[in-house]
Amino acid sequence: MDIIGWGEIITRILTQFTPVWIALVVTFALSLIYKRRLGLYGKLFDSVIGMTGFALVMFWVYTGIFGGAFGWIVTHDTLSQISGLKNKVPGTPVPDAAAQGLYPYYLMGGDNLARDVFSRMVVGAWEVMKIAPFATLFAFMVGITLGLPAGYYGGKLDTFLSFLANLILAFPVILLFYLLVTPEIVLTGIPVYMAGVLFLFPIIFLTILFNSRFFTQPSKRNLYVALTLVIGLWVYLGIAWDADPLGLISFPPNLLVVFVAVVFVNSPTVFRIVRGLAMDIKTRDYVAAAQTRGEGPWYIMLWEILPNARGPLIVDFCLRIGYTTILLGTLGFFGLGLSPESPDWGSTINEGRKLLSIYLHPALPPAMALLSLVLGLNLLADGLREESLRD
Amino acid sequence: MGLFILRRLGIMILTALCLTFIVFFMTNLYPNLEKLAKTQGNFRMSDAEVASYLGRNGYLDPLPVKYGQWLGVLPGWTVEVDEGMRGRCVQGTVAPEVLAAAPRFCGILQGDWGFSTVFKDEVSGIIATRLGLTGKLMFWVMVLMVPSALLVGVLAGMREGSRTDRTLSTFAITTTATPEYVSGVILIAVFASSAVGLKWFNGTATSAMEDATFNNFFLPVLTIALYGMGYIARMTRASMAEVMTAQYIRTARLKGVKFSDIVMKHALRNALIAPFTVIMLQFPWLLNGVVIVETLFNYKGFGWVLVQAAGNNDIELLLGVSVVSVIVVLVTQLISDVGYVYLNPRISVS
Repeated sequence: MDIIGWGEIITRILTQFTPVWIALVVTFALSLIYKRRLGLYGKLFDSVIGMTGFALVMFWVYTGIFGGAFGWIVTHDTLSQISGLKNKVPGTPVPDAAAQGLYPYYLMGGDNLARDVFSRMVVGAWEVMKIAPFATLFAFMVGITLGLPAGYYGGKLDTFLSFLANLILAFPVILLFYLLVTPEIVLTGIPVYMAGVLFLFPIIFLTILFNSRFFTQPSKRNLYVALTLVIGLWVYLGIAWDADPLGLISFPPNLLVVFVAVVFVNSPTVFRIVRGLAMDIKTRDYVAAAQTRGEGPWYIMLWEILPNARGPLIVDFCLRIGYTTILLGTLGFFGLGLSPESPDWGSTINEGRKLLSIYLHPALPPAMALLSLVLGLNLLADGLREESLRD
Repeated sequence: MGLFILRRLGIMILTALCLTFIVFFMTNLYPNLEKLAKTQGNFRMSDAEVASYLGRNGYLDPLPVKYGQWLGVLPGWTVEVDEGMRGRCVQGTVAPEVLAAAPRFCGILQGDWGFSTVFKDEVSGIIATRLGLTGKLMFWVMVLMVPSALLVGVLAGMREGSRTDRTLSTFAITTTATPEYVSGVILIAVFASSAVGLKWFNGTATSAMEDATFNNFFLPVLTIALYGMGYIARMTRASMAEVMTAQYIRTARLKGVKFSDIVMKHALRNALIAPFTVIMLQFPWLLNGVVIVETLFNYKGFGWVLVQAAGNNDIELLLGVSVVSVIVVLVTQLISDVGYVYLNPRISVS
């Protein structure tokens, strides 16, 4: 068999992505039909920028889910090496493919260990999807739980928390990663303790959220708070301490370090944003009204201030997922945290760059993938900002 | 104003102390010390040999004591070994009289930054040379980044919503979405690899350390500048667009002032207040970019030293690097705050 040309490579790649195309078309069709009933999300479909961003983001989300979780799009195993395909150009046929039941081509060529670049790129999307959104969500929970009281009460508490936040922000991120994400630090157990502290915040946040809302309806409140505590603590024990009593939930330790490091780096910035918003919103009339009604401080913070700060926070959430993706790439680029064979984009770029002057194909696909995902998130944030400013 | 700066200085010192203590704590955890001992000695050292190495080099004192010694507020450690005396303030093993003649305190406060275990050299010397190299890189980054970012921002912001605005804004968003390790890889691939064949520039900047030419220095400079540029340009655009809707600009337009005069004489100065703070606050981010780009282009500057020191747990070098970077971050924050007050008559600190 001969090396296939670019035309056929592109056709074959587009065919491999069929499930993603179908999912994208369905998502867009449904959203466009019902866009008037979908609130801010629906309004996104009024702006071209927002739609472009959303399309890019959803492309990678679906690629991650279908390729990484279901194994549909990938053409080869991400770790298997096929001899004779080391650093081969895109479109090189796989020897004896038919006999072994393999896909007949390396669509984007082979890397320096003769693995399929295309499949690794696709699975790399799943690596990002597994960490970035959740790490960002956790960072937001930490930032909101600390930022609201700091902005609302002010005073000593604010001074102290702001000092801590500025302290972390003054660290060069890469130095922090080099200090936190090493096998030696994992041995000391510090990441586990940090996880123990950081992962408590979502539980605290949700408990206070329900408690303040349903304080006057004890039966409802007890139910919600109990549910949050039981499920939350169960997941907490499993993820942070690897001590799930039922043995169902566990978290690989090297992934935990990466997760903790990313949450730790992101939360001070979220804290500063939330604090600023809270300081601004607490002077509004509806907050004064709630205070006059005799509502508790946490009710005011979580049910009066927070919903009114949602616009900037949603926009920042999108931007921050992109930033987290960049951070994950940085970790991979310096070979920290994730295992060296891991197909995440940062590690792949790092491996590919060493031979960049001769072979382009191992480094460029993950680089372009990361670029398009982050660009999509930025455009999405821009579209959301534009649309939320309009009303 | 004086009191404000004084208070900020106090907070800065406190922050620097806390940060260096954290770095000190992390690098002095036992697994890290063990790794240090093994990289300095050999990888098959037994636990007892590791402990003896650490003891001979003063690593086994309690943490606050070691931190005090590093700062220079506590006398440096001394250990008696078979062949003589070893101490923090002397090199290697010496006779007791030499140790007695050496100064008792030798820390940061005395101007002694310590000794690098990786480079076998004085930390202060290493940092000075490497910082010089990075300074050269940063100077050209600033020369490229600031004017082009301001130009893009002003051009985009002066007619909000126009086609120029759309194009330039998309460009700005794209550059902010491209981290250095992606843009660097793409730039090398396009302009320096033999596979594409343009080969306009060098893919490494190692030779630029001695003799920087356009050929070997442009790609690293461009890579760092691109990432920071988008952000500054977007800030400038936002602030320019806001100024252009102000009453006095409308008055000027209604009076019939030429559009170029309005932009140059009336709008520009007010529009540049916000970007100034942003440019100053970009320094810490540029520091990150420097680490990535210096690794990518093999330019042995400050960022490269950070990676070497952190990768080998070179405690004193790493502390020196952290001190310098923390000072850079805090000083730029201070300048940005003070400058903002000076530039903007509507804000006052008191």
